[in-house]
Amino acid sequence: MTDNTPGTPGHAPAVGNADSSSQAEPSSTVNSIRRGNSLLPDLASRKILRKKRARRDRIAHWGITTAGYGVVVALLTIFVYLFYEVAPILRGAAVDEQHQFALPEQQSETFRLLLDRYEILGIQYTRNAESVFFDTETGEEQLRVAVPLPQGAAVSSFGYAETISNTVVYGLDNGSAVLARHAFDVSFPDSQRVVSPKLDFPLGESAIQIDQQGQALTHITTEVLARGGATTAIAAVTQDNRLLLARMTSRENLLTGAVQVTTDVQTLPAIPGNAQQLMLDKSLRNLFVLDDQGRIHFYDIVNPAQARLVESVDVGRGERVTAVEFLVGSVSIVVGTESGNLSQWFLVRENDNANDFTLTLIREFRNHGAAITAIAPEHTRKGFIVVDAAGQLGVHYGSSSRTLFLDEVSDNSLSHIAISQINGRVLWLDSEQQVSSASMWNEHPQLSWAAMWNKVWYEGREDPEYIWQSSSGSDEFESKFSLVPLTIGTLKAALYAMLFATPLAIAGAIYTAYFMTPKQRGLVKPAIESMGALPTVILGFLAGLWLAPFVENNLPAIFSFFLLMPVVLLVFALIWTNLPAGFRSKIPEGWEAAISVPVILTFGFICVQSSPWVEVWLFDGSMRQWFTDIGINYDQRNALIVGIAMGFAVIPTVFSIAEDAVFTVPRHLTQGSLALGATRWQTVMGVVLPTASPGIFSAVMMGFGRSVGETMIVLMATGNSPVVNFNIFEGMRTLSANIAVELPETAVGSSHFRVLFLAALVLLALTFIVNTLAEIIRQRLRERYSNL
Amino acid sequence: MGYMRQWFKSGTPWIWLNGGAVAFSMIMVVGLIGLIAVRGFGHFWPSDVALINLSNADAEQSTLIGEIVRSETVPAAIARDSGETVPDDMDLVTRHLIKLGNRDQTDRDFAWYLELGMQPWQYPQDIMVVERREWGNFYGRPLALLREGVEVATPESDNFMQELQAAITRSLELHEEIRRLERGTIGRINTSLDDLRLDARRLELDETPADIRVIELDRIAAERASLDEQYAVLRQELDVIYASTRRDTLKMEMADGNAVDISLAAIMRVTEPNAMSVFGKTAQYFERLWEFLTEDPREANTEGGIFPAIFGTVTMVLVMSIIVTPFGILAAIYLREYAKQGTMTRIIRISVYNLAGVPSIVYGVFGLGFFVYYLGGSLDQLFYETALPTPTFGTPGLIWASLTLALLTLPIVIVSTEEGLARIPSTIRQGSLALGATKSETLWKVVVPLATPAMMTGLILAIARAAGEVAPLMLVGVVKLAPALPIDATFPFLHLDRKIMHLGFHIYDVGFQSPNVEAARPLVYATALVLVILIMVLNLAAISIRNRLRERYRSAGE
Repeated sequence: MTDNTPGTPGHAPAVGNADSSSQAEPSSTVNSIRRGNSLLPDLASRKILRKKRARRDRIAHWGITTAGYGVVVALLTIFVYLFYEVAPILRGAAVDEQHQFALPEQQSETFRLLLDRYEILGIQYTRNAESVFFDTETGEEQLRVAVPLPQGAAVSSFGYAETISNTVVYGLDNGSAVLARHAFDVSFPDSQRVVSPKLDFPLGESAIQIDQQGQALTHITTEVLARGGATTAIAAVTQDNRLLLARMTSRENLLTGAVQVTTDVQTLPAIPGNAQQLMLDKSLRNLFVLDDQGRIHFYDIVNPAQARLVESVDVGRGERVTAVEFLVGSVSIVVGTESGNLSQWFLVRENDNANDFTLTLIREFRNHGAAITAIAPEHTRKGFIVVDAAGQLGVHYGSSSRTLFLDEVSDNSLSHIAISQINGRVLWLDSEQQVSSASMWNEHPQLSWAAMWNKVWYEGREDPEYIWQSSSGSDEFESKFSLVPLTIGTLKAALYAMLFATPLAIAGAIYTAYFMTPKQRGLVKPAIESMGALPTVILGFLAGLWLAPFVENNLPAIFSFFLLMPVVLLVFALIWTNLPAGFRSKIPEGWEAAISVPVILTFGFICVQSSPWVEVWLFDGSMRQWFTDIGINYDQRNALIVGIAMGFAVIPTVFSIAEDAVFTVPRHLTQGSLALGATRWQTVMGVVLPTASPGIFSAVMMGFGRSVGETMIVLMATGNSPVVNFNIFEGMRTLSANIAVELPETAVGSSHFRVLFLAALVLLALTFIVNTLAEIIRQRLRERYSNL
Repeated sequence: MGYMRQWFKSGTPWIWLNGGAVAFSMIMVVGLIGLIAVRGFGHFWPSDVALINLSNADAEQSTLIGEIVRSETVPAAIARDSGETVPDDMDLVTRHLIKLGNRDQTDRDFAWYLELGMQPWQYPQDIMVVERREWGNFYGRPLALLREGVEVATPESDNFMQELQAAITRSLELHEEIRRLERGTIGRINTSLDDLRLDARRLELDETPADIRVIELDRIAAERASLDEQYAVLRQELDVIYASTRRDTLKMEMADGNAVDISLAAIMRVTEPNAMSVFGKTAQYFERLWEFLTEDPREANTEGGIFPAIFGTVTMVLVMSIIVTPFGILAAIYLREYAKQGTMTRIIRISVYNLAGVPSIVYGVFGLGFFVYYLGGSLDQLFYETALPTPTFGTPGLIWASLTLALLTLPIVIVSTEEGLARIPSTIRQGSLALGATKSETLWKVVVPLATPAMMTGLILAIARAAGEVAPLMLVGVVKLAPALPIDATFPFLHLDRKIMHLGFHIYDVGFQSPNVEAARPLVYATALVLVILIMVLNLAAISIRNRLRERYRSAGE
């Protein structure tokens, strides 16, 4: 602050000798007359002083204004920043083409185009059994490896396992197959990353005979078992349309390092059609065969010797299917047709039978308008990239049904598409044998309005559902970001809290404001209000550690207390009214509450003491068990506990505002009513409540706002399981508790991170609106009172 | 019937119900405070240790030694469900939770026992409670005090307790010495070593000329060598002390008759509560209370004191006050004295008031995103590049916790200050202006001094709110166990980047994240009690200041 030592020249004249200075200022003649014996400073120094004071005034003005604006801006920043963090959710994908070059090997047909995880190298597998590694910026060839073929054999088909396994298979015209796998050695000479590619052969360099009859394999696919040892499967179709399934177990000799492969080939039931593509899932339980009529034939191969054709599903729905691909995890199948239709399918359990699955249409995506030529699944999430015959590139996402990008990227038809393992770069090949390399921004495809607020059909589920399950240890995990369970949980907690708090707080407020003796009121009001300052962590811990076990052990006591308490009070009141008047008059009006205290305490004590007896007599020894027996789930930390604990936290808020509203009802109104002969209660119902009702309403809203955002109580007094129901004996997970639990552990900038920010923004907006309405109603009420 | 209708019509029953609501609310309030106070204060009382002989249905005898924690009566069905054998003709059974201690010997330190089959409890004078640094309490009978494996005293000898207490005092002193060396001297050496590492890293980053770099590297190597040497000397010194703490052993007998040797190095205190007088227990009570308030936690926070949590809370609140006071007051002065009182100001005012009702977790989210990751991350890039990728400010810490809470409590200070300013009669302002004072002079010399109590009230309420807030702190800087206090003797003394412990979070953590809930429970009550007292005192102070303020202006206004 400014100096206010008495000795400074600015101070003394301004305040102390105010009369002389104010007289002195208008005329300089008066001033000059007095100069001889005046204690005032002379004109010049006073001028300086005035300037100084004016300057200080200005500085204070600007300083305070700046600080005021600063604070307003700081508070505004909260809104702006939360929006800023949430905004990227709404963005689609961006694809930025950076390089274009000629395909290194153009003579031979390209079977497959891939990208390494560092986005430095592209890989091309060709019909003449070569694998070519090239630079993704220049197209310069880095390495070319030939897959060893047996003498005289030629490639007749090509297939691949899930991209992450880097494995491909060549089917040959002598009925054998060769498995190849590309890999990258990463070294850091001179702190520079050097990626050197190589090709190896997991089942050895010699071809494996699949068809004993030696017929050419026209279609082939492979998959490596995800769990439990090195089992590789190859499915193939021969020239004469037999479907074969080979399972290879490889064992490495510990001493020599030689790989010994045992092969077991089974012939599967015939395909009712002409095979176009084979797909094996990575659990090696299901085989899908696409035929040229747009149908998928689904084989159950859990036991290869007893494999059966389960069903044939028309996935093309009248059209020819031009591309089909698993999404990551090989559960979902994406089907693209000649007219550009894109749809997602997976196996859904039928009729609760553990082993009865049918291939079901889950959702459709935006139509491309031209034949789909290739589909590349994203790694680590359920998205995919599609190219079509019209030169368009589309970026789609499964669970959120979003099409994030769909635009023409080339004048020519596109034939292949590859995406890097960090989903950051794509390569595509056009009909002119030109490769384009583009960077891709696609950070939040999982989130959409529908994914957050509608039912979503997740992989492995029987129906569309609302689920919140943000993370898991697996790479193939499908994030489930439905905000519905959290919102329901928030409302559920708030609802039970308000059910508990509102009657108590409003009834208490009416009594305290209108009936209670002023002396008691002076004690009761601050006592209840000061409870509002009690840290909620304390309420939460008492609720979780003391109340929850207590309620669980004394369920009959809790129910009989809350249900019978009003009745007991009424009975007591009736007895009291009928006591001799002489005795009653010793205790004046306004003491009802004080007299009720021992009644409530006694009744509560009786309830708790009799609780085990009630359990023995009525509930077979355990009321909790009884609930379970009649089919009601009972969690120890449930909505009842939250309702009581959070109700306790809300009572002071509601009580305080409602009490003010009732107490400030102008006296002349109530006195007028009483003078006209109304009883005290009639005055309350007829005059006080109608006048104060907006205030009481605003109190309830404030209480609601508080209970919606409360974190610690729900965190500690519930099991935090995101369920979608209003069962009072089950827990819930609220938006706020969810943030507290998950935010510290999520990666900065991830979709999960942003969706938690969105939850915070929703909370902020909700409470802000509720509180503003309550505040406006309260101000209106104040104006009304002043007019009355 | 007619009478009843008449009675209901008169409204008397409804008045009674409303009264009942107030009564119930008050019972809850008083009951809650009472519950915390009784459990919290009760924790420090050295309760008697019972010796219980059990005989179960198979007539097997066993003996328990332990403290009775609580008892309950439950339907027999529930007891049967939990595996107890209860005769069929019994409907209800009483059971007791007994703290058996000896966690390292038997892995159950708390267990429920049915009263059925218990012989009358005895309280033998010679039962000893050994409070240990690890594994919690040990209950048993002393057998002998051993020195270097040789018996020096037995309970039969008269001077057993004196000998034992003297040996414990000695071992506590040695422990203190070890602590001083490890925390103080060795801690300083570690800090210096870390500084040297950062110096070396800075040389790499800054591309200093080669000749300077060589000189610097030599200097660093030399200093490092000398520090290592100092460390080796200290290490030897410590080894000697450690060996010396292992001199004495206390031989104890457990309830089941097995003998156990407990090194005195592991013992904090031994008592014989059954033999203590009320005065002895009272002295012990205050000793334990003092320990609780001044010592570090042990055993994953389930034992020991809460000093770092109190210290952390206070430091954080102080730093917060320093930030929130000037801004809150200036903003309030702006809104009340300088801003044009139009619709815009009204909107701003309502918005500011409403921010007080925004859930605290939202502030936490903002603090984590904006302060920690954005501001902190930028600070690290600018000033602490050498320490990267270990973040200095780009991670939750004291300063961010304080800033977040400052933002959270800003509306409270603004509202309270504005109320104070509004209450000052305009005659006082006009008087000052009429005497020729400028607006700022009127403000700083007349209005603000008069409104100081209102500002104090606002600040105290803000502190009370901040001290009890946990949800946002979980995101921006509070941890379950902080390795160091935020203020210490090494430069720059106040470490704004350190993580802190906090009373409220301590309650959450110990009560809900602890592996041994029963052992932690009394500590949670005691911690809650400290927090409640702190906040109630702050609130009462605010209320009394506000009341006094009202009185003052009532006279000033007339």
